Amino acid sequence: MAQPDLDTSPAVSDDVKKTTCYMCACRCGINVHLKDGKVSYIEGNRDHPINKGVLCAKGSAGIMQHYSPARLNAPMKRVGPRGTSQFEEISWDEAFDIAKSWLAPIRKTDPRKLAFFTGRDQSQSLTSWWAQQFGTPNYAAHGGFCSVNMAAAGIYTMGGAFWEFGSPDWERTKLFMIFGVAEDHDSNPIKTGLSRLKERGAKIVGVNPVRTGYNAIADEWVPITPGTDGLFILALVHELLKGGQIDVDYLLRYTNAGFLVNDNPKSKDHGLFLRGKSGKPQIIDRRSGKPVDFDAQGVTADPTKTQRIKGVEYKSVLQLLASKYLSKDYAPETVADQCGLTVEQIKRIAAELAKTAFEEEITIHQKWTDWKGIKHDKMIGRPVSFHAMRGISAHSNGFQTCRALHILQILLGSVEVPGGFRFKPPYPKPYDIHPKPHATSAAETALAGPHLGFPHGPEDLMIDGDTARRIDKAFTWENPLSAHGLMHMVISNAHAGDPYKIDTLFMYMANMSWNSSMNSRGVMDMLTDQNENGDYVIPHIIYSDAYSSEMVAYADLILPDTTYLERHDCVSLLDRPICEPEAMADSIRWPVVEPDRDVRGFQSALIQLGTHLELPGFLNEDGSAKYEDYADYIVNHERRPGVGPLTGFRGKDGSKTGRGEPNPDQLQAYIDNGGFFLDHIPKSAQFYKPWNQEYQNWAVERGIFDKPAPYLFNLYLEPLQKFRLAAEGKYDPQPPEQYRDRIKMAFDPLPIWYEPFEQTLVDQDTYPLHAITQRPAAMYHSWGSQNAWLRQIHGRNPLYVSGDICDQHGLNDGDWATLTSHHGEITVPVVRMNALNPKTVWTWNAIGKRKGAWALDENAPEATKGFLLNHLIHELLPPKGDGLRWSNSDPITGQAAWYDLRVRIAKAEDQTQSQPEFGPINEPAE
Amino acid sequence: MHPAPSVIIFTVLSGIGFAMLALLGIGQPEVNGFEAIPYYFVGITLAVIGLLASVFHLKNPKNAIKAFSQFRSSWLSREGVFAVISLVQSTFVLAIKVVFGFHPLLSGGVSLIICSFTIFTTAMIYTQLKTVPRWNQWLTPFVFFLSSYTGAAIILGQVLLGFLLLLMLTVVQIAYWIIGDRAFSKRGHTIETATGLGRLGKAREFEPPHTGQNYLLNEMVYVVGRKHSIKLRTIGMLFLVGLPLPILWFFNVSFAMVVSVFCLHLVGLFICRWLFFAEAEHVVGLYYDKR
Amino acid sequence: MTSLPNSTDKKLGLVIDLDICVGCHACVVNCKEWNTSGYGAELSDQDPYGDAPMGTFLNRVHTYEVQPDVGPAQIVHFPKSCLHCEDAPCVTVCPTGASYKRAEDGIVLVNEDDCMGCGLCAWACPYGAREMDLAAGVMKKCTLCVDRIYNENIPEEDREPACVKTCPANARHFGDFADPDSAVSKMTAERDGMELMPEQGTKPVNRYLPPREKQNEVDILAPFLKPVANSPKGFLGWLDKTLDRI
Repeated sequence: MAQPDLDTSPAVSDDVKKTTCYMCACRCGINVHLKDGKVSYIEGNRDHPINKGVLCAKGSAGIMQHYSPARLNAPMKRVGPRGTSQFEEISWDEAFDIAKSWLAPIRKTDPRKLAFFTGRDQSQSLTSWWAQQFGTPNYAAHGGFCSVNMAAAGIYTMGGAFWEFGSPDWERTKLFMIFGVAEDHDSNPIKTGLSRLKERGAKIVGVNPVRTGYNAIADEWVPITPGTDGLFILALVHELLKGGQIDVDYLLRYTNAGFLVNDNPKSKDHGLFLRGKSGKPQIIDRRSGKPVDFDAQGVTADPTKTQRIKGVEYKSVLQLLASKYLSKDYAPETVADQCGLTVEQIKRIAAELAKTAFEEEITIHQKWTDWKGIKHDKMIGRPVSFHAMRGISAHSNGFQTCRALHILQILLGSVEVPGGFRFKPPYPKPYDIHPKPHATSAAETALAGPHLGFPHGPEDLMIDGDTARRIDKAFTWENPLSAHGLMHMVISNAHAGDPYKIDTLFMYMANMSWNSSMNSRGVMDMLTDQNENGDYVIPHIIYSDAYSSEMVAYADLILPDTTYLERHDCVSLLDRPICEPEAMADSIRWPVVEPDRDVRGFQSALIQLGTHLELPGFLNEDGSAKYEDYADYIVNHERRPGVGPLTGFRGKDGSKTGRGEPNPDQLQAYIDNGGFFLDHIPKSAQFYKPWNQEYQNWAVERGIFDKPAPYLFNLYLEPLQKFRLAAEGKYDPQPPEQYRDRIKMAFDPLPIWYEPFEQTLVDQDTYPLHAITQRPAAMYHSWGSQNAWLRQIHGRNPLYVSGDICDQHGLNDGDWATLTSHHGEITVPVVRMNALNPKTVWTWNAIGKRKGAWALDENAPEATKGFLLNHLIHELLPPKGDGLRWSNSDPITGQAAWYDLRVRIAKAEDQTQSQPEFGPINEPAE
Repeated sequence: MHPAPSVIIFTVLSGIGFAMLALLGIGQPEVNGFEAIPYYFVGITLAVIGLLASVFHLKNPKNAIKAFSQFRSSWLSREGVFAVISLVQSTFVLAIKVVFGFHPLLSGGVSLIICSFTIFTTAMIYTQLKTVPRWNQWLTPFVFFLSSYTGAAIILGQVLLGFLLLLMLTVVQIAYWIIGDRAFSKRGHTIETATGLGRLGKAREFEPPHTGQNYLLNEMVYVVGRKHSIKLRTIGMLFLVGLPLPILWFFNVSFAMVVSVFCLHLVGLFICRWLFFAEAEHVVGLYYDKR
Repeated sequence: MTSLPNSTDKKLGLVIDLDICVGCHACVVNCKEWNTSGYGAELSDQDPYGDAPMGTFLNRVHTYEVQPDVGPAQIVHFPKSCLHCEDAPCVTVCPTGASYKRAEDGIVLVNEDDCMGCGLCAWACPYGAREMDLAAGVMKKCTLCVDRIYNENIPEEDREPACVKTCPANARHFGDFADPDSAVSKMTAERDGMELMPEQGTKPVNRYLPPREKQNEVDILAPFLKPVANSPKGFLGWLDKTLDRI
């Protein structure tokens, strides 16, 4: 019998449309194939700068997200008690009328009574602008409970952060260290980058209590104990300083290493920089030996000298840094046990970092000009690089830990150099050209500026006396540098009426009644709590989501969003773009299919709501709507003259880049270009960006900033010292008494390590273990479980328990165990894992589901075997005995300290249902 | 392996049916004329019921007819082909017996050969599978032969033959279990050879590729029954030979005795055939760290 | 077609690099997505939103924990799909001739028009590479994207299996093992590409590149940094000297 005759060239599809993925924060380019008008296949777009043709499991499974039965159908209003999922479908007109009936009176009287918080929002430049125009100070996205420590520490220290705002120089780096959970932001570029490193024989070191994912393929694993990353990093710094393995030339040129600091503890200005007549920080000039402005032409700092003025001794930052970290407190011998590591491993890694940075230096023969106009004929590279995200960030010592990591990078001279860590436009951008926060609200008035920003000192806090201006108490003494707000505190503060009561809680894509809150049960109670009159304590809740998430049940008004294939979006330079170290880039989403339900893209609905409310900026002079929908806004909105959401194809004829008047055909130009726009940075401007004249000029031309903004890296972070001085009573305004000790301890202008708060307040013998989560690469937050394909891969999540703990407690795979924290207990199935820090248990995050949500069967394994650690974590720390309850957050930024959790474990009887169990919510869906 | 009722019924009943046709072919017992019809009817019926049961194992039976095409290479195809040939040929023998009233020695001898070969092809479907070491051994066809012929001898009232076959079956079945229990490890298949990770160290499954079930796990990684295997083997042997032997020895041959011994034996055979599948470990289980 | 070809002109197959696979399941899902609307019947799911979801996948990623003699345990991600064996037992057992190995390139395929869904080929495969589709009732397996690799409707650079194209870590490589100069042949030679379960005698075409040796943390001969300073004062002395060199 002959082989069958096979058609090896079948037609793939009828049409291919190129748009942007939204299955996680990575935002890859996708080719969406359509057959008979329906989505049939999604693949990576080969031309796209982020993914270059590849696509992860989530991206490919996007087709099932698009067809998910959990999609919401139409606007709805609540008709039964909150939390019982009794809704009635209504028209969009009625939905806007209801929203207006709540919001218009608020705006007329006290705009603060609206709290508008967005979760996995990729349109923050619109949502924040809307909130500004409304006039409420209460706006933020979810960064506060995600990785604000990473963002704030990066921007304050070096004018840019890891996230997806920079990347290792994958093509040149020779030693790469990755810390903690870092799976989602930039997920495909990291995977591709790691692969390039392997091809080139570069070494990868994974620092993580858990050896999964990237750590599994790392050449070396550092099985660190959670919360001690900062200590490990500072021990590396100790070793490098001791061995004289730092890039002194780099430090003096590009950082504040030479700045003179007041070293007299009795002085009013202790710890502040010596400033000259110009107000600029001073350095000691090597030639004259005299203090001069740090940026004077032709001077180089001599950091070895000290200066005495009026009885006050001034020392250089480098001197202070060296004496701090050369202390025995940071010696590997002192810290190894606490970190769960060996002295030898710490010392060897320090030696490898030094050897790679300095003995394997790279030189690129490329001319460039620095910010002082000096011409250089080559670029020197230090081929060591680092990446970290939420893992080191989500601790109460996270800000200082993230800063410690940046200090390590900078001491090695490996930021913005070949082989090191590189920024992507619009970064680098120093903290002091970012806006400061704004929170002064008045009736019928837009806010004077953006809500979120970077305070320079106590004078920039958003407080009136001791009272917070914002409902989440961001930018207060409790968390002064809370640059992303504190979404995780909104509901509990609103429920408590502290600092004030609100009327309407408006949220978008934020699963606050489930996996996005600490203490999920408490949040459910707060959302449904009624006062003595039988009214809800939080009177109105508006919620927008595309799917039947757990939060839907708690809303009074639902604005149904579209799937990502049915909508317009822009991945904008005003927001979180998709640039590359060597190129500026942005992209769009556009409806590759039209919705078959009565749903609208949330951003379009928000704009239409803004028009209904007659917010400033949303109406033309004749009172007509300025923007019909989000697409209209993307094309025609100008944030500054000539600068809008998209940088490509600007100008009437589409010929301008970065700056230019709106182009009515801009979206079509993007579509024709594959859904994105890319503009390469000139070769001479691709490194040393903060100090590179050509880069600065290029960035101004492109509208990234309005004038060149060269700056130095902050080894020493003076704003922190101002808070400390305030706590010492030497700087105004001053914090209330109860905050003073904590601010003095935590706000060290040079990174320190201190014990995570939770473990200092619980008995460590009672709670001997750390409990953390990791992100499965194939599942993004709570979104994945509704996905028919992804849930077959990760349909439940066991608790992974280290071999040591298993042996100690007689636990075998498939047994059940009870995990107890100071706040609660859960009973869950366990699996042994030997490739795990011996004092740690962990699970995959956000797989556990509430029964009846996401259009899943009530007995879905996600709801019977899956579980959340959230039930063990409280938004407040255990009582200290001072009569106060402190929030479970970083004291500097307010970052939620998810990974500080301490627990104990005990074997439990076999179960059929993980505990705690919640009653089903039979949510509406298609 | 998943002990699907369809394959258990198929192998047990068609085996006995073809063995009956074989024994009838060599005059054990010699029945001619119309008397032969009920004997052949039972044999053919059992064989056909078995074959029909096997069709229930197919997920796409409309293509079953194509199973006759690959007899040159496939044991399953050969089984199909020879089952049909055996049935046709035995019907021919029956026709001679009925029409001419005598026992055709040559044709009957041919029945013995082709029916036996049919049983052999059935056995070879399993024996050929290197992936299931317990099956992939020389005793497997003997188990099939002996169990088929023993049942056939009993129901055909061939007490002495049945008695001898029962004794042989006892020995072979026990030997099969003893050898089978060691077969997997003797082949040297381990999770380390399956994954090649033995060069790094000792391997275990950390996470399955999917948290739910799939076809492979349902079909080839059947671990439920093996927990009770000693108990089931004992009960199986009790019915298979333990009860039939003394009854055959002590009681006079009668229709009731034959039927009751056959029923007991059949229960034992079903249990042992269930174990044949349930105890068989497929090497794919190694990838799931389950056997 | 149940007989195997004596030899094939090409030996197309995959190299899977266990050293870089991060276990992201990208290949698993893109494979499912491509093939559900590609070759033959779609890959069905049973009870996809229910309490026991299952479905047909042609490629799955296992995860193992390996304990070496010295050093901490390691995690290895292990993708597995059809290995397109030279001596493919799944082909010869097939009673209907549905299973066959292509003479021109060695790809093992199921002609679904002939398959009766008996499942014997899946039993014969040691690797679990074949899954019966419970809705269509026919055996499904990796086709090495035979409908992509020669497809003139697809841009030339994309004419590779979907799993290879989509893999973000470049852990999967497609090529001709019959050509000793092909990238896959070279990789296999250089990095000692492994056969899975060689004792089964199936002569798989696909090869697995083993994880490279990890840094062993008990390395007591590791070089440490030589101190130039043990105190802040000593450090300033070193700094002073260093400044002179800049």
